[in-house]
Amino acid sequence: MSVATGLYGVSFGALSVAAGLSLPQTMALSLLMFSGGSQFAFVGVLGAGGAAGAAIATAGLLGVRNGLYGPQVAPLLHARGWRRPLAAQLTIDESTAVATAQRDPAAGRVGFWWTGVGVFVMWNLFTLGGAVVGDALGDPRRYGLDAAAAAAFLALVWPRVTGPGARLAQLVAAGAVLVALAVTPFVPAGVPVLLAAIVAIVAGMLVRGPATTDREETDEAGDAEPDETTAGSADRPDPEGTP
Amino acid sequence: MSDAATWIAVVLACAVCFALKLVGHLVPEHWLARPRVARTAALVTVALLSALVAVQAATTGRALVADARLPALAVAAIALALRAPFVVVVVLAAVTAAVLRAMGMP
Repeated sequence: MSVATGLYGVSFGALSVAAGLSLPQTMALSLLMFSGGSQFAFVGVLGAGGAAGAAIATAGLLGVRNGLYGPQVAPLLHARGWRRPLAAQLTIDESTAVATAQRDPAAGRVGFWWTGVGVFVMWNLFTLGGAVVGDALGDPRRYGLDAAAAAAFLALVWPRVTGPGARLAQLVAAGAVLVALAVTPFVPAGVPVLLAAIVAIVAGMLVRGPATTDREETDEAGDAEPDETTAGSADRPDPEGTP
Repeated sequence: MSDAATWIAVVLACAVCFALKLVGHLVPEHWLARPRVARTAALVTVALLSALVAVQAATTGRALVADARLPALAVAAIALALRAPFVVVVVLAAVTAAVLRAMGMP
């Protein structure tokens, strides 16, 4: 898993310098932000000419996911003192998925630290490699790096909109694309992506889980359906008592 | 954007992302684990990434454009449907766009 993640760090490094960030700035993102989706979004918004505020907001919104992982992994880790901010920094998709997939807490703890540290090391090494290569390439358009950025986002969203139970996610994705393209001519760069997030917030607040039709009225019952079976499953805390 | 402004943005964005991670570890109650919050956050992720696909593939500044990026994105989608790994998807898209541009497509 660490190697696979590392390879995707190459793409980030190359795309970041193609977006106009320097090599040290690119490395700062991988070391300090350490969250793939947020990092790709940050350089994507800046590269498209977006304002700093829009880039920060987009990266932050994508980083909310990591905050939601905290309550899943913190009870396994019992991290105290200096280990706690360290554990927080390593709380990402991969480490959470591995930690919560283990049957017993000790294995979950070991899985979290090994995955978190392993991914951190590989991610940063490969970011550096990608940034050096990207720097050497020069004109990003000539090598299709702008198209590569779009493909990277497609690859990131793909597991969340495919597979059974992803119907709502597909509708939200389609709505987000429409909103982003529709407002592009009228608002500054970077803002269309933020406006698209409103589609998701409205959908998340209004729509009940697909399995809620006639059984029960409570939220808990409605939301306990298994959904997003593949990589997206790490996104959500496992609802307690799901049969 | 100047180099200094970019640095400030980098540091602020990193601070925001770290603070979000830390909040998850510090909040004592498990209100973050409420299904509605979790589901909305998952959908926000989908919406942001989908919008980024659209903006990166079909816009330049404030203009909607159709150029070599669109066929490249189609190739990426096919590769993803065939379960190609991340790096392969990204490289195939870059190569597609680069080849189409070398052939004269904008």
